[in-house]
Amino acid sequence: MEAILEVSGVTKTFGGFTALSDVSLSVSAGERLGLIGPNGSGKTTLINCISGALLNDSGSIRFAGHEVSRRAAHERTRLGIARSFQIPRPFRTMSVLENLMVPLAYVGGVAGGRARDEAMSILDGMGLAAKAGVTSSQLSQVELRKMELARAMAASPKLLISDEAMAGLAGAEVDEVLKILFELNARGITIIMIEHIMQAVMSFSQRVVCLDAGRIICDGTPQAVVANPDVQRAYLGD
Amino acid sequence: MPLSNTRFWTGAGIVLAALVAMAFSGINEYVFFAGFVVLQFVVLASAWNILGGYAGYVNFGVPAFVATGAYAALVMFKGLGAPLVVQIVFGAFVAGVLGLLVGLLTLRLRGIFFSIATVAVIFILETVVLNWRFVGGASGLQLSRPGPSLGFESYTRMLFAVMAVMAVAAVGISRYLQHSHVGQGLRALRDSEEAAECSGVPTLRLKLIACTVSGALLGAGGAPMPMYLSFIEPASSFNLSYAVSTLAMPIIGGLGHWAGPVIGALLLGSLQQIVTVTISSELNVLVVGVLLVVFVVIAPEGILGLVKSWKRSSK
Repeated sequence: MEAILEVSGVTKTFGGFTALSDVSLSVSAGERLGLIGPNGSGKTTLINCISGALLNDSGSIRFAGHEVSRRAAHERTRLGIARSFQIPRPFRTMSVLENLMVPLAYVGGVAGGRARDEAMSILDGMGLAAKAGVTSSQLSQVELRKMELARAMAASPKLLISDEAMAGLAGAEVDEVLKILFELNARGITIIMIEHIMQAVMSFSQRVVCLDAGRIICDGTPQAVVANPDVQRAYLGD
Repeated sequence: MPLSNTRFWTGAGIVLAALVAMAFSGINEYVFFAGFVVLQFVVLASAWNILGGYAGYVNFGVPAFVATGAYAALVMFKGLGAPLVVQIVFGAFVAGVLGLLVGLLTLRLRGIFFSIATVAVIFILETVVLNWRFVGGASGLQLSRPGPSLGFESYTRMLFAVMAVMAVAAVGISRYLQHSHVGQGLRALRDSEEAAECSGVPTLRLKLIACTVSGALLGAGGAPMPMYLSFIEPASSFNLSYAVSTLAMPIIGGLGHWAGPVIGALLLGSLQQIVTVTISSELNVLVVGVLLVVFVVIAPEGILGLVKSWKRSSK
């Protein structure tokens, strides 16, 4: 499979702290990749560098044939990188429907009735259609998570990065979100999933990458990564 | 229920025609002297709301923009003897450039830090003016204004009519921005800049547009001041009460909707003028303060918010 995302030699420091050190990672089109690692290992920093919320200090990030590491986040979104946030960031004064209208207008260039129809069909697919008119600040945690995924989908992405979309959800809700992510992947969208719920990562990912202290310490099938002594040491200590 | 374009502009046209007709009538001169201030506040509050209400960036530096407009107009008048229209256009232009520069601050500063930086702009510019002999320095400048034109009976009546045109224009621009693509993006970045960027919204460009348009309108609102008072001096031009009033009006009327600042400015502006005449000119500042506190505590979404919740409960 052709690589859609090519991260090579990416380093990011905050003052004297090295959050990412020479990280290289290649993701194939249509792949389901799990990104794991202990707290503070650099997972969110890495996806912030990929999505453009942060600029990496050195190294290159190529997406769908474009060097994107110096581009603004909104340009990367237009190229096809979408994400959800670890702590949901809804447009809280807008209704769920209006939240989706923003990427539809700014990425797809559709507005008015057509945008409304498209937004409704995305919400339908997520089981959120009944909440379309509700102000997003009044949603429950699982609804917020779903809305973030729906809003990401409204940007018609090629790559979706889900940053702990299941954090704080109950068992059945985790399964609901997992099902949504599987469906999106089946439509051809490449997905990078950051998750602490191991059961979810293991069942979802075709390949798992483990970060520790800003370095990739393991890259392989879910089973191989779990069995890896370095990974066990990173999580459990010596 | 959103107002249709035709209905809005028909209404705006009728209001404008009525105000201009008033300026030609035999009503007492003082009404126009006071009315000018109320209409000026409609301009300033609508301008402020574009950045503060739509984008959520609170600009405390309103006096800097008002004074920039006024002093730019003065330079045009004193240097070139330019007519009022040219003074206003130039005032708006210079204040728009100032807005663009302040907009660049949003690259690094958000929330309260942006607001503090805008306060600093007031003091920087005031220092410049204090040391600038051509515009009168600290002692100010007495101006002799030309006679009224366009068939107006007095210059004050003409200024009132001009400010009425500017008020309708400012409200029209503010309303247009709110309903446009730009307004949608500003609202998104007000709620979350990160999420807006990740939804494809070019946040920096939109913030610069909002800062420039807001700054230009604030400057336009301040530009007629030298002619209005026949006098200009730094202490009153850079007075912080502009910042407080201009911020209070959209908050009292309702932030984030074009009608909010209009309601707030008409209400607060008229009340201030009435209090000034009937009680005292000191008390009118208290009126702003008390109303601001009352609204922030009881109705944080302003009068528009009250109307909305009242409509909802009566359904």
